[in-house]
Amino acid sequence: MSTVLFVIYALAASGGALAVVLSQNVVRMAFWLVISLSSVAGLFFLLGADFVGATQLLIYVGGTVVLLIFGVMLTSSGPYGTIKSQPAEVVQAGIIGMAFLALVASTVLSVNWEANEVRLAHANDHAEHGHVHEVSEPESEQGYNPEESGNTTRSLGTALLGVRFDKDLSLESEDGSNHGHTHGNHEVSAGYLLPFEIVSVHLLVVLVGAAYLARAKRRVDVENA
Amino acid sequence: MENVGLEMFLAVSAVLFVCGVVCMATKRNAIGVLMGVELVLNGANLNLVAFSRYGSLGLDGQVMSLFVIVLAAAEAAAALAIVLAFYNNHMTVDVDQATDLQG
Repeated sequence: MSTVLFVIYALAASGGALAVVLSQNVVRMAFWLVISLSSVAGLFFLLGADFVGATQLLIYVGGTVVLLIFGVMLTSSGPYGTIKSQPAEVVQAGIIGMAFLALVASTVLSVNWEANEVRLAHANDHAEHGHVHEVSEPESEQGYNPEESGNTTRSLGTALLGVRFDKDLSLESEDGSNHGHTHGNHEVSAGYLLPFEIVSVHLLVVLVGAAYLARAKRRVDVENA
Repeated sequence: MENVGLEMFLAVSAVLFVCGVVCMATKRNAIGVLMGVELVLNGANLNLVAFSRYGSLGLDGQVMSLFVIVLAAAEAAAALAIVLAFYNNHMTVDVDQATDLQG
């Protein structure tokens, strides 16, 4: 079932992206962009990232694409106005794009990711614990953070507030002690409170700057108009 | 989901990334260039979430993809304001006409 869903979403995402490249009308490009982004949100849901998928639907499809369509409406010179590229340029871009896709895809598919994950886990374990520590499975975080089954909203929220329950609680439960603070040798994992604040200030600055840039000020040009 | 591996998601995100790069390079409409940027950021997002699911990245990949989504929205707003200012001055959104700074 999920394989069928993956095939559908993957084909829709790739086909939508290809149609964005191939279509010449800007409104049709926006439509295919909606298809592609929604399919990527479906892929996020398949990957168990429910909050990221919902955010993708809300912000990208509901916000950014609507913003782009407003931009199309405010800047189009006619009802069917398209700015065409030259056919030779399209052919060149197609050839270069196929070559680039072959390069990227062959590079990505030729890496053995599982072996790299195992080696990375061993290297991290040797770097953090100098003494010999039983390497259990790094994916065996039971209980609090079932990433495979979704339900990531609370973990994401606490991570953005700087508290990593998804990492710290599972560490203590591996030791079998309920209150790990009495040892004092557990380092608390790093959260994302400072990047969260930086991003919020960045959003405020960008919105003020965009409102300043796009304010209604039309320069009256006598020789052009 | 057992027979859909990490490589399939990476292949899909590679397709998205390459389509976005080609869209950025070939479109002469400035809004089309912005759509290409969105496609590229989506390919990167799909990579991050796929590694968060299959790798040992845990929840960090999803947090990173949330930041990418927010920054993409901010980037679209700022770039659209710039495009509108350019349209107010030149009455076109053709990026080939944006040659005022050429010496």
